[in-house]
Amino acid sequence: MAHADLISPSAHTLSDPLPFTIAGREFRSRLMVGTGKYPSNSVMIDAIEASGAEVVTVAVRRVDLDRSKEEGILHHLDSDHYFLLANTAGCYNAGDAIRYARLARAAGFNEWVKLEVIGDQQTLLPDTDGLLQATKTLVDEGFKVLAYTNDDLITALKLEDAGAVAVMPLASPIGSGLGMLNPYAIRTIKQRLSVPVIVDAGVGTASDACIVMEQGVDGILMNTGIAAAQDPVRMAAAMRAAVESGRNAYLAGRMPRREVAVPSSPTAGMLGS
Amino acid sequence: MTVAPLDAFPITVNGNERRIPTGWTLSDLLASLDLDARAIVIERNGTILRDRSTFASLALESDDALEIVHFVGGG
Repeated sequence: MAHADLISPSAHTLSDPLPFTIAGREFRSRLMVGTGKYPSNSVMIDAIEASGAEVVTVAVRRVDLDRSKEEGILHHLDSDHYFLLANTAGCYNAGDAIRYARLARAAGFNEWVKLEVIGDQQTLLPDTDGLLQATKTLVDEGFKVLAYTNDDLITALKLEDAGAVAVMPLASPIGSGLGMLNPYAIRTIKQRLSVPVIVDAGVGTASDACIVMEQGVDGILMNTGIAAAQDPVRMAAAMRAAVESGRNAYLAGRMPRREVAVPSSPTAGMLGS
Repeated sequence: MTVAPLDAFPITVNGNERRIPTGWTLSDLLASLDLDARAIVIERNGTILRDRSTFASLALESDDALEIVHFVGGG
């Protein structure tokens, strides 16, 4: 394989004391990836492989009946090797999101959904009222709801109360690549929620992913940060390393910040003293 | 260009009206569209058709509205 050198795990990988578990199911990677906007299907497949991700998001859309030979994504993606997480992207009210979630479940893979109820076309920020309403309905119907939301603690708490199995606050708007705009808000949500917190959207490059994971969140979902890179496969490998690195840095516990310098070398034993 | 037979009736598929021969089942329609039932989900008049084994015996009716969807790339 062309990218085998990028995807082989480090010899010095340390085990994570906590498995990454959502709704009782353990996943092998804290990095989840989307499948949109890749320059080609073959690049997408190589990038997903390089990312090490197990959870892979997909969207539900009408089949193009006038296609020449345009195929659905399952013709390219091995659904035995990846956990397919359908989203409700593009839905602007609870009713539409619920309808898309039901269609996705009827495909027969699982009862999980990455729930998006969008409130504004320009920012793609969530409509949190519609999101809460759709979460309640879908949880009642037996769905495992992973709710894409903003970085507001109160909404996150309400989503958890409504039965979401994971809460997915944004780092910054979808597709913006602006990185994490409010680390305090993300940390606060992580500290207050019991369900996994997975940062979704806004990661633009590897350092963004690393900083997100350093906040102690359980995982990251990204799409454009990989798909829109000049070399998506290499960026996927970088994101994988960054997520592992940020997770390890969080677990290691960083040194305290100081406003003054502290020498690293001994002050005693200097010549002439 | 295909000419609809005289004993045809209208249905809507993914927002577009088309005429199909009287007596067609859902399986007949899928075959004419070159669609594999395993890779798609169908909603008929707002109700999801969960059991694919019923497609061969499901007679389409005039003014049926079908939505045929599948998974595509997305975040």
